[in-house]
Amino acid sequence: MGEKVLMKGNEAFAEAAIRGGCRFYFGYPITPQSEIPEYISRELPKRGGTFLQAESELGAINMAYGASAAGGSVFISSSSPGIALMQEGMSFLCSAEAPLVALNVSRGGPGIGGIQPGQADYFQATRGGGNGDYRIPVFAPSGIQEAVDLIYNAAPLAEKWRNPVMIFADGILGQMMEPVTLPEQRPFDEPQGIRARKPWAITGYGDDDSRKNVVKSLRMQPDDLEAHVEKLFEKYARAERELVAAESVGVEDADIVLVAFGTVARIAKEAVEILAERGISAGLIRPVSLWPFPYGEFDKIGPRTKVVISAELSMGQMIEDVRIGVGKRLPVRLIHRTGGMIPTSLELADRAEAIFKEYIRT
Amino acid sequence: MSAQKLFFAGSGGQGIILMGQMTTYAAMYEGKETTYYPSYGPEMRGGTANCTVVVSDRPISSPLIYDADCVVAMNLPSLLKFERMVKPGGVLLLNTSIISQRPSRADITVHDVPVNELAKELGSARVANMIMLGAIVRSTGVVSRDSILKVMEKTFTGSKAKLIDLNIGAFDFWKPSAQ
Repeated sequence: MGEKVLMKGNEAFAEAAIRGGCRFYFGYPITPQSEIPEYISRELPKRGGTFLQAESELGAINMAYGASAAGGSVFISSSSPGIALMQEGMSFLCSAEAPLVALNVSRGGPGIGGIQPGQADYFQATRGGGNGDYRIPVFAPSGIQEAVDLIYNAAPLAEKWRNPVMIFADGILGQMMEPVTLPEQRPFDEPQGIRARKPWAITGYGDDDSRKNVVKSLRMQPDDLEAHVEKLFEKYARAERELVAAESVGVEDADIVLVAFGTVARIAKEAVEILAERGISAGLIRPVSLWPFPYGEFDKIGPRTKVVISAELSMGQMIEDVRIGVGKRLPVRLIHRTGGMIPTSLELADRAEAIFKEYIRT
Repeated sequence: MSAQKLFFAGSGGQGIILMGQMTTYAAMYEGKETTYYPSYGPEMRGGTANCTVVVSDRPISSPLIYDADCVVAMNLPSLLKFERMVKPGGVLLLNTSIISQRPSRADITVHDVPVNELAKELGSARVANMIMLGAIVRSTGVVSRDSILKVMEKTFTGSKAKLIDLNIGAFDFWKPSAQ
């Protein structure tokens, strides 16, 4: 571990992906993450990797699919509408069990939307925008150091699970600067290493037909496809148990419990302090993994709590998972801004207090 | 020290982003927790530019703020829009070279910093933002002068190293007038 450096989020994400061992990057510029392809186009070739600007996000995800099928460790990044264009490819990669590290520095939507931060890609990320039965582990950092650590570890994780892994960072994280400590460079894969570690990869088989690998998502026989999807979901069931991650603060004895991810969770932390000054005890659940969602954290909520509040930069998407986590025990309410607007901690505290008062009157 | 929250506002090309980043670097060199969050339009020059810097001894929750210990207004729209953000007892720094309107608040400390005239006195129009940075650091104590000099040494290297003395001179140039 080196000394602390001050980095813009996007540049830190790019450096973390390179150091994590991602040797290939395919992408197309889009605000608010264009510093990532810019940084990688400068740095990755110097270190023996490949940067390739695709003609579009459709091109980028399919190049990523090809490089991953050949055993390459691949990183792609984009922002909301660009990630939307990549959804078909995500479904293909999942079916073909091809690893990938994907980063969404999300902005306001729907449509082309705007360039300011948003979290309205929650459904897209956790439910999937591609066709068919598949799942993608999604992690949402709330600071640049956490993002660096998650991205650094994403390449081995994607390889282990033979599946894309997504990092969901909002535009605030991409644009802000914070001191970070960067991890050591993991060596890039050499062809010999790829054959040993990824025996499924298409690395060439010479005259030995027994070594011929096929990476594909097409399965024309329904019984064959059913068996394949069942196998994928055995894997996803294991991932649900092993990959779930969350941070919870003061939920056992709270008047209200806030639920927030990404930068909103940091704003919510400050709102918790403001509420404490007003005599309201607020707890906070911060999902780090959005899929698998940390439903178990909601079992920690104690008998004192009157209401659970989901705070989001969307019209309310994560709130559906919060409702599943809470069940019928407590009312679940929403505090939201959207379109690229961000609530201050004061606004969040005021709105949480107003909601709390509705439940102590009755 | 509890958290110090600074807000820099002006138009693109006035050095808003540079002043914010230099403060953030200086805070990091002091081993403090710090965040920097910019907001600006797509234009390189002439559009609105602002940034938020938080410096604290404790981990920083929100990188976004609703009130500030110090607001730096480099142009009139910034004064009109962000004067209300200054905490009671806080500091407002005004680029009086181009802002002739007076602030309306009586519960804050206002420092006039005519950066263009001061820069002209120094003989280099390009150091206006370093003059303002000096005013920010001296009126808030958010970071030390030594830390800023360290940032300059790391920023101005190679062919730009000769600019360090000029920038230090600019940083030290503004003195608060008796109020």
